[in-house]
Amino acid sequence: MEYILNPWPWYVSGLLIATVLLLLLYFGKTFGMSSNLRTFCSIGGAGKYADFFKFDWRSQKWNLTVVLGAVIGGFIAVQFLSNGAPIELNPKTVEDLQNLGFQNAGESILPPEIYSWENVLTLKGMLILLIGGLLVGFGTRYAGGCTSGHAITGLSNLQLPSLIAVVGFFIGGLVMTHFILPLIF
Amino acid sequence: MKFLKFLLVGVFFGIVLVKSEAVSWYRIFEMFKFQSFHMYGIIGSAVLLGIISVYTIKKLRLKSIEGKEIYLPPKDKSVTRYLLGGSIFGLGWALAGACPGPMYILVGTGVLSMLIVIAGAVLGTFLYGVFRHKLPH
Repeated sequence: MEYILNPWPWYVSGLLIATVLLLLLYFGKTFGMSSNLRTFCSIGGAGKYADFFKFDWRSQKWNLTVVLGAVIGGFIAVQFLSNGAPIELNPKTVEDLQNLGFQNAGESILPPEIYSWENVLTLKGMLILLIGGLLVGFGTRYAGGCTSGHAITGLSNLQLPSLIAVVGFFIGGLVMTHFILPLIF
Repeated sequence: MKFLKFLLVGVFFGIVLVKSEAVSWYRIFEMFKFQSFHMYGIIGSAVLLGIISVYTIKKLRLKSIEGKEIYLPPKDKSVTRYLLGGSIFGLGWALAGACPGPMYILVGTGVLSMLIVIAGAVLGTFLYGVFRHKLPH
């Protein structure tokens, strides 16, 4: 039980994520979570504004079901399969975060400095989440996939486009982490 | 019943990503600072196993549950859209600390403010759909 309640090591996690990819392939589908964002647009009637959203979203019901499952999985993991052990970050990371104004890094899954309602309900806090989401949503569709579609599925299939996309993920991520976050916080 | 297997895969995916801490903003920050092997280990081992499995599937021409040969659709050849789109995605990933899978999982963990990130992501996808023809691909 101890093994389950403690955070899982990277190699167990990697093996299990590969299992998700393989299960979906076996079920005749491909692993790609960002497609659901396009489906949400279609359901909301975005087809009126762009042909990109004119497709039969019902064909994506299976993927929406995966989303529903993922929400339930998140609930189960924190309610029944966790012991609240802090995330064992590199002490240097904790120190870097402290210098940016992030206290107690690793004590929770997400930093309250970004996700607590107290901060979210300020103009700056709201913009951080909205713009963060906007960039993810716009970028993932432009690139034709996200971490699951490109980094996991695409690289597993040795697709060059996915490797280029992953290089892009890192360019953006490094610029944000090293140059922009210090300006925001 | 047809959907039960997808629900279970989703539940499994959610549990794995929480227990691996890949849903943590802090882990993403640490990864982009190159201060831990953790995230590289997760993605690297998943991809390594993925490569071996996909190669085997193709070699043995394995079939899916529906009886069709398992097939991974190739992506269009281009550099611009992947590099530009990928970089925009990366900016958001490092800012919000969540990509399109963890977003939903984190709502399940009780972080309801994540719904704002999801709303932003839906809006971003919508904007891409509207301006798609004006963008270099």
